[in-house]
Amino acid sequence: MGKNKKELLSLVACIALYAVVQSLIMLDVIGPFWELNLILICINVILAVSLNLINGFTGQFSIGHAGFMAVGAYLGAVLTVKLQLPFIVAILGGAAAAGFLGFVIGLPTLRLDGDYLAIATLGLGEIIRITILNIPYVGGASGFMGIPRYSNFTWVFFATVFTVFFIRNFINSTHGRACISIRENQIAAEAMGIDTTKYKVMAFTIGAAFAGIAGTLFSHYFYIAHPASFTFMKSFDILTIVVLGGLGSISGSITAAILLTFVSAALASYPEWRMIIYSLMLIVLMLYRPQGLFGNKEISLKIFGRLMGGNKRGNTQGN
Amino acid sequence: MAILKATKLSKVFGGLKAVSDFSIDIGKGELIGLIGPNGAGKTTAFNLLTGVYQPTTGEIDFDGKSIVGLKPFQITQKGVARTFQNIRLFSELSVLDNVKIAYHFHVKYGILESVLRIGRYHQEEKEIEERAIKLLEIFKLSDKKDEIAKNLPYGEQRRLEIARALAAQPKLLLLDEPAAGMNPQETQQLMQMIKWIKEEFDLTILLIEHDMQLVMNVCERIYVLEYGSIIAQGTPEEIKNNPRVIEAYLGEEVE
Repeated sequence: MGKNKKELLSLVACIALYAVVQSLIMLDVIGPFWELNLILICINVILAVSLNLINGFTGQFSIGHAGFMAVGAYLGAVLTVKLQLPFIVAILGGAAAAGFLGFVIGLPTLRLDGDYLAIATLGLGEIIRITILNIPYVGGASGFMGIPRYSNFTWVFFATVFTVFFIRNFINSTHGRACISIRENQIAAEAMGIDTTKYKVMAFTIGAAFAGIAGTLFSHYFYIAHPASFTFMKSFDILTIVVLGGLGSISGSITAAILLTFVSAALASYPEWRMIIYSLMLIVLMLYRPQGLFGNKEISLKIFGRLMGGNKRGNTQGN
Repeated sequence: MAILKATKLSKVFGGLKAVSDFSIDIGKGELIGLIGPNGAGKTTAFNLLTGVYQPTTGEIDFDGKSIVGLKPFQITQKGVARTFQNIRLFSELSVLDNVKIAYHFHVKYGILESVLRIGRYHQEEKEIEERAIKLLEIFKLSDKKDEIAKNLPYGEQRRLEIARALAAQPKLLLLDEPAAGMNPQETQQLMQMIKWIKEEFDLTILLIEHDMQLVMNVCERIYVLEYGSIIAQGTPEEIKNNPRVIEAYLGEEVE
């Protein structure tokens, strides 16, 4: 079976990257500040890629992603702190809870289109946050404290790799094509025998589940889950990454997550200038490249593939 | 045996009766034309047959079973595919992907198989690609398979839409003005193509058309729609000489 060779090759590349970064962390070449930023990058990649599945590929404009992240963050914490369960159970539980909520919420709201859907998801994200804020069991307004730091670079990195592989392979299958066809022309998709409601809800559920994973990893790195971390501003941050990288481009989301987290970190010592530079950068980019850094194209292993003599087409987007 | 039978369909939009008393009976393997002046309700009739609109009254049977109340995708899955009057391609996707999407509901592999790239994934993806390319070859589009659909010339977009509809492997194909905007030469080629695919794919075809020459040449039977009702039906010869049809198209004779 030479068909999965490319998959294995990229997996090996990921492990190599992991080995390099992890040894740099162990040798203290990468100090705690940059390690923190690496972890933030990975979490942002998970959030952006999963939101891209909903916004970029399926074309359903959702801006409530932080709400699903909050569900993962809190439920994961409940599982490890209150129920003393292992971290992996917390991650899976966070994903399942957020995914389930995405499914339940998606069914009614995905009947809406465009602006209306955006407003509904914005509201839902806030409802989730306010609900959590009012549950004393998880700390209410002062946040859920005393969460053990189970997240480390290893967990976060491999969760990110898993997310990217999962969503990329999903997109490059008939199920992913069904999602993309909804974005392209919903009426035609329906006429081609595609159950558009099912695939919209499916994309929403998968996207929410991965946001849940990101949330669990997040709260188990920062010792605390606080409602203020999951406001609509957080949703906008994720959306910014997706739009900046390009709606419908996984490579774009990854690049933009790295770029924006680095810019944010690099400007940390000039807090008064940070937001100004950040906003100016976004304005300039939108003026000169409204489709985002990558549009809907991908940088794929096609380039490497060519060098190695392969000639299989890279992906559905026809890069 | 009738493959599609619509009985006394009507559709009311508010106070407007777009279609009333629309009855049509199509046998397996027939090539039927639906003609009528602008605004007669032809496209509305198509939308009723494909589930885009629900009929106000009336009954639609496909293959002996009622399809009233089904959603468009369910009707397609039962074996009715269509094209659109105003082309509706997946315009940002490649020509090949446009066709591949239409195979969707024939694909058996699940989400887990696609994510892990195991099981039937590779085998089925290969089959889809091969069949899609074969279909594009028939429509002389295979050398443009990596082109973005919206960049194709108009005539080729029309052909691609038909190719995509065929990829869904229908029993009944509904073509909504397939020759609209084509020049006479393209129309001529299209006529041959329609006749040919009907035999090749063992299809039944219902087409809406304004181009009288096309309709008269390829269709075995013709229905004429005016103000939402069927006013005549018969062979092209009968239709040509039907006084009501002449009246509808050319107006009454002056005394």
